[in-house]
Amino acid sequence: MFPAQTEYHRPNSVTEAVDLLASNEGAKVLAGGHSLIPLMKLRLVAPTVLVDIGRIEALKGIEATDGGLSIGALTTQATIAASDLVNERAPLLAEAAGMVGDPAVRNRGTIGGNISHSDPASDLPAVLTALGATLKVTGKGGDRSVGASDFATGLLENILGEDEILTSVSVSSIPSGAGSAYVKFAHPASRYAVIGVAAIVGVSDGRCSSASVVVGGVETTPTRASSVESALLGSDLSDEALDKAAAAVAGDFQGDAMSDIFASAEYRQAVAAVYVRRALAAAVSRAG
Amino acid sequence: MEGALACRFIVDKIAASDTLRLNGGAGHGRPDRQFTGRCNVKVPVEITINGKSYSGEVEARQLLVHFIREEVGLTGTKVGCDTSQCGSCTVKLDGAATKACTVLTVQASGSEVTTIEGLADGSDLHPLQEAFWNKHGLQCGFCTPGMIIAADELLRKNPSPSRSEIRHGLEGNICRCTGYQNIVLAVEDAARSMGGA
Repeated sequence: MFPAQTEYHRPNSVTEAVDLLASNEGAKVLAGGHSLIPLMKLRLVAPTVLVDIGRIEALKGIEATDGGLSIGALTTQATIAASDLVNERAPLLAEAAGMVGDPAVRNRGTIGGNISHSDPASDLPAVLTALGATLKVTGKGGDRSVGASDFATGLLENILGEDEILTSVSVSSIPSGAGSAYVKFAHPASRYAVIGVAAIVGVSDGRCSSASVVVGGVETTPTRASSVESALLGSDLSDEALDKAAAAVAGDFQGDAMSDIFASAEYRQAVAAVYVRRALAAAVSRAG
Repeated sequence: MEGALACRFIVDKIAASDTLRLNGGAGHGRPDRQFTGRCNVKVPVEITINGKSYSGEVEARQLLVHFIREEVGLTGTKVGCDTSQCGSCTVKLDGAATKACTVLTVQASGSEVTTIEGLADGSDLHPLQEAFWNKHGLQCGFCTPGMIIAADELLRKNPSPSRSEIRHGLEGNICRCTGYQNIVLAVEDAARSMGGA
């Protein structure tokens, strides 16, 4: 398999990249290429022009900010998973980045590319939604910030304009006393999430003081499990309380669960409750 | 230039009737068969492979694994699944294990690539090659070049991995002979001979 014919540019700066996107209709941003190239090989997409931002150093790296982290869009999953700073401030993100694909995929795949692709089976959209991350987007009109939960609009669709590039991701540190976990049912060959659950649970005096639970892989965009969160808040986090909260996820799906040859919509929704339960148990065990 | 313009025209026509959309706006087509080969957009590349520099012009769409196998003639690197799942095309790209079926040749321009042919030191096999030989870590051998490159990265990051860590580290490499047990034993053996536990 090989992609359709395309032109190739390797800009040296974000400004140059944005100009190329703006002046070439049908152009696409290429970073690590591990989401885009597979689609190009299947001829599901045929960009007229590739704008390879992969060597723009300014887009790489992880910085501590007041109360959190800022991660350049070109930072690879491998770098994020191995980062002491991410493991300390947002361990949920490091854990999930280390579960994307396999080691070789994580060497190439970037956080920006992962999010920009808006693949519902991807791990990071659910995780960044759970963390309440802010995404910085740069285009001809300058910069704008978008909440992770407002980014994806559907299957492989999001709010990025044709001249815009996701340039960085900002994440707040998880609250002290909270525990977090990402668990997934990975497709055995692709390692994509059939179901992925990100959970952050705050514990105070033996009771749940805060909860953020998001499910990926079931619907076309990450599902915030509000019913699970409500059931958890104020509970004593006993096994029974976690059972009850996890079962509540059935009420959070909006009716557009996906089906494919590997897993039906019904199956995904049923198994989601199991994985929510596991994520909650892991998060609670790490709290404190 | 004319070729490139024709190329865009065709894509636009396809895009107009297409349903799959990426990002907010641009819809890009599933091109019909006529599209392939209608234009020929070549770009200059310069890549160092196993210490030797190769330069020339390739199509922008060419995948690195095809450059390595068909243009350079190093056929140790295999094309297995061609969907970045099986790992038989794994090479080192600037030192990092990379699936060469999912990288464009032009993306690797300016980079250094090491393939299975570049691991041995003259006629002295790399300890991983030696260990795969000694422990019968292969049956048909198709997955072996990718397995060894992936195992090389694993041992650089973790010189004395447990069996479970070896299995986890080789998650991106599939052996359809299912000879995993001896592959794990081979990596363990190589770790010992390379100085790990």
